[in-house]
Amino acid sequence: MFGAGGGTSSYREIEETDLVVLWGSNAREAHPIFFHHLLKGLRRGAKMYAVDPRRSTSAQWADAWLGIDVGSDIALANTVGREIIKAGLVNIEFVRRSTTGFDEYAAAVEPFTLAEGERLTGVPASVIADFAHDYARADRAQLCWTLGITEHHTATDNVLALCNLSLLTGHVGRYGSGLVPLRGQNNVQGGGDMGALPNKFPGFQDVEDDAIRAKFDAAWGVTVPAQRGWHLAQMFDAMERGDLRALYVLGENPAQSEADNHRAVRLLEGLDHLVVQDIFLTKTAQLADVVLPAAVAAFESEGTVTSSERRVQRLRPALRPPEGARDDVEILGELARRLGSDWGHPSAEEVWDECRSLSPMHAGMRYDRLEALGGIQWPCPSEDHPGTPFLHGRLWEEDPDRRGRLAPFSPVAFEPPLDELTEEFPVRLTTGRRLDSFNTGVQSGGYASPLRRPETLDLSPEDMAALGLAEGELVEVTSRRGSITVPVHLERSLRPGLAFMTLHFPDQADTNVLTLDTWDPKSGTAEFKATAVRVDRLPEAVGAEPVAEPVAEKLEVG
Amino acid sequence: MTTMAPASTPVALRRNVELTVDGEPVTVPEGSTILEACRAQGIEVPTLCYLETLAPVNVCRVCVVELEGSRALVPSCSRPVAAGMVVHTASERVRTSRRMVLELLASSVDLSTADGDVHRWIDEYGARPERHGPSAPPGDRDHAHAGHHEPPEVGLAATVAQVVKRDNDQYVRDYSKCILCYKCVEACGEEAQNTFAIAVAGRGFDARISTELDVALPDSACVYCGNCIAVCPTGALMFVSEHDLRAQGEWDEDRQEVTRTVCPYCGVGCNLELHVQDNRIVKVTSPLDHDVTSGNLCVKGRFGFEFAQGGG
Repeated sequence: MFGAGGGTSSYREIEETDLVVLWGSNAREAHPIFFHHLLKGLRRGAKMYAVDPRRSTSAQWADAWLGIDVGSDIALANTVGREIIKAGLVNIEFVRRSTTGFDEYAAAVEPFTLAEGERLTGVPASVIADFAHDYARADRAQLCWTLGITEHHTATDNVLALCNLSLLTGHVGRYGSGLVPLRGQNNVQGGGDMGALPNKFPGFQDVEDDAIRAKFDAAWGVTVPAQRGWHLAQMFDAMERGDLRALYVLGENPAQSEADNHRAVRLLEGLDHLVVQDIFLTKTAQLADVVLPAAVAAFESEGTVTSSERRVQRLRPALRPPEGARDDVEILGELARRLGSDWGHPSAEEVWDECRSLSPMHAGMRYDRLEALGGIQWPCPSEDHPGTPFLHGRLWEEDPDRRGRLAPFSPVAFEPPLDELTEEFPVRLTTGRRLDSFNTGVQSGGYASPLRRPETLDLSPEDMAALGLAEGELVEVTSRRGSITVPVHLERSLRPGLAFMTLHFPDQADTNVLTLDTWDPKSGTAEFKATAVRVDRLPEAVGAEPVAEPVAEKLEVG
Repeated sequence: MTTMAPASTPVALRRNVELTVDGEPVTVPEGSTILEACRAQGIEVPTLCYLETLAPVNVCRVCVVELEGSRALVPSCSRPVAAGMVVHTASERVRTSRRMVLELLASSVDLSTADGDVHRWIDEYGARPERHGPSAPPGDRDHAHAGHHEPPEVGLAATVAQVVKRDNDQYVRDYSKCILCYKCVEACGEEAQNTFAIAVAGRGFDARISTELDVALPDSACVYCGNCIAVCPTGALMFVSEHDLRAQGEWDEDRQEVTRTVCPYCGVGCNLELHVQDNRIVKVTSPLDHDVTSGNLCVKGRFGFEFAQGGG
């Protein structure tokens, strides 16, 4: 946010805030322990708004649910912004003193009247107005989001649209007011922190900055290329062009996790050389020329991960890995040695200490301090620094020197999802997680979950009735990329025209056959959340006796 | 009454309160409980239903102390200190009351897997559960209605015995071991999980923990976070992994190592304590004193470790 790639607040703050906004986040199921903190806030009297196409198990806790049409987030945010301006609820002092670009922003949101907002998002104008007024008037407000915001072709712009609202109201840089992107995996934040981004070194230092690069060149004794690399989506495009011929995949299963995975598999198969380092022989590993068996990071190795509140915490080995599986650091060291560069046999702590010497925001995070303090939140620039519970407090400083670089408004245009709804593909399919499962099921498939049920196409009661479908009946779901067969499930949290699937059971029902792999040019995230599909009864089912009572009859009773 | 600083106020910012415990002057921050004042003095007060991460429910009465000027004994776990209080923790009245609580519980509940402290207290307070006679045969507690309680035959000790409930792959519920401390109900309810799958059903001696209408767990609202099991002090609620190892005589805490790491699932960063015996994870808990979880986990963090030991 505003230069640092992390959430601004601590979980603790949501317990003591006055207004909670969950936008494109079903934290009740995807981030259950964060939701405990949120519930403490509600118990203390905080008001809650949920913005989500589904009336999810999180949205059911909200005072108001904004059942937005999939992918219209920018339209909603811009409408909220305009309403805050028109109602005279801008935090003028904060905007004047701590931000730039307000006039351009105000001009950009001007077309987004409440009526236009209702037309574009499907949310009633009066509810948008209430939301805008409550957010602006709250003493403290936390704006939280997850992949409902970022798995769109406009991912980065979606985030900027939310940041604009925090600047308009001054809901950032104060205890209890902030922006909270909840990370989907235990080290998504840490991957970014450590420079696993095409344009960053550890600590979000820019690869294209000559002085920064000189520092790393000197420390590593090499010349780091002066240009940024490719992100994941660009890599697949480069494979398509034939510019990328060899790939080294660590702990990722793109053959199943990529959108439009027929294409992903075809491109992986076409590589000259594919190396996969994983704890399992995943579908991707099965395509590999070389598989490097790895230890389980969280249970079998030393290291650190960073959470959604920027808290760096230690991993410790509790289990011995199976015969032949090795720690990631060890594998990388061996690989380096065989490529002609001897790194010795550094421990995880030695690797971390080198990182601390090069990344100022991690400098004070000695292992023993991480241990004693239960983790430390970055930035932690020195060994006597306690870490930083919330970011951007500087924006509230009276002294311009201490205030530093002002936070820019970023006017963003609204573009609807690319996969258009038409008569041929009239249903909007969106994706998400279930409480007991995770991503493509590689980790979560192994335990006996009493909650687990197979993949289904979830449909609203109205659509089930209109299509004459019975619970559990197999249907064919078709998008512009492909078709799959899957049982249907009646889901009351869905509105007509909206369908839902997970990505948890690709061997049973490969949802990513349907999804569109167009990606956000700024972040490289694919639009998993907005696919246009058609739902057909299987030919043999049409005219046959239903396997169960059609839903329509049940509805009349209920 | 003086206005107290809220409990969330950092200790360093709270005013001090002076009181007397067992004849000694004690100074603690305002908002502290008598229990905390006793612990600060190194005085052991037994507790059963108390847990630092849950709001006190005052049901077990084993932590009672004598407070001068108070007609009844007071539960130390919930009573805030006030300036000038005079507290006795070891008077005959206190000891008699605690002995009675422990004796009645031990005569009616299977405490075989309870925390070791419970057995020590039973000895220290001279509780003699056996004097209530041999255990009466188990009744059908799940269907007991208010007003229909039938006392056991004279000379037999009434018990809370009932059939072990094992209706899913992760939990075993053996309510013969339940002392009705309410911790599981609180953890499932407002204090942590807010799922409300369980509550106390019935009245008086027939009171027991139950799902709505006593349905099986898979038919209830349960989401298998295991937070009820984590707070159970007697082993009435147990993970299947622990239960089965105990049944095989293989559960051995001396052979277990506990390692703290971070959950491999979402990005919240919950700390896990992996209990490992013979290179296998046999139980997962979370530290009570870590701000992120306060001891709570979700179903994935609690049970989703099998992928690391051949279950993938």
